[in-house]
Amino acid sequence: MTQAAHRAHPTPAVYWGIALFLGVVTAIEVAVPYISALDPVRVPLLIVLAAVKFGTVVSFFMHLRYDKKLYRTLFLFGVIGVIPLFLVVLATMHAL
Amino acid sequence: MTSQAASIEAHDHHDVRPIRKAAMWVFLGSECMFFGSMIATFLLYRNTTGEGPGSEIFDIPFTSASSFVLLMSSLTMVLAHHAFEKRDARGTRIWLSATALLGITFLAGQIYEFTEFAHEGLALSTSSFSGAFYMLTGFHGAHVALGVVMLLAMFFLSLDGRLYEQRGLNVELVGLYWHFVDIVWIVIFTVVYLLQV
Repeated sequence: MTQAAHRAHPTPAVYWGIALFLGVVTAIEVAVPYISALDPVRVPLLIVLAAVKFGTVVSFFMHLRYDKKLYRTLFLFGVIGVIPLFLVVLATMHAL
Repeated sequence: MTSQAASIEAHDHHDVRPIRKAAMWVFLGSECMFFGSMIATFLLYRNTTGEGPGSEIFDIPFTSASSFVLLMSSLTMVLAHHAFEKRDARGTRIWLSATALLGITFLAGQIYEFTEFAHEGLALSTSSFSGAFYMLTGFHGAHVALGVVMLLAMFFLSLDGRLYEQRGLNVELVGLYWHFVDIVWIVIFTVVYLLQV
């Protein structure tokens, strides 16, 4: 068993704290489209906020931060594989 | 010792959990590509609404509430897993049922949303936009429904102590699946709803 596999999972109190953080980020996400001052950065800001939520759930709730590197590699292979897939779909539809 | 019990004991000597967990991560990675292709398709067709309505009919406050419900179901799921690891059967059942309830609430919201959209003229075949929208969100809803079935199955299995770590439906594996359903919705909520406002 690797060292990473021995790392202890968070306590329920930490899980509640993470849920609170995710709730706050969601509230910010929902507010962003309605704040006209943020229009110039709306798209990148929403993408960053979604990425933060995605990473937080995967790292803490799915325990990828605490588990074997193999699992991380297997999952990242799928996540990164989406990029060429996007390009293939766009190229097939002549949208590139 | 019965032959079945002996078989289970012999089976349990070989810890297959890492293999099962790796297989689940491979499956989730492949699911990323599945949903990635549908999100790409939606982005391609987001402006091809034809004569039908487009993203202006989205009810962002309502969908935000649904998103929050699904997000909080990830909390209850991880608490169920934590309770299971601590051999807390009662806690496991409470959090499993809470997760299933939140999942059902999300599905009820999606059914309501689809019904409202249909009344406003957005049917599956109205336009390329509607087809891509319903395929993406509908497939996600099907994943949530499957997750709810697995959660309820685990709840009933736990009633007579038939939840095992080594075989059958495993709380950790179902948890991974459930969290995945949540992170897919995080992306869908941003790309399909918030970026189209």
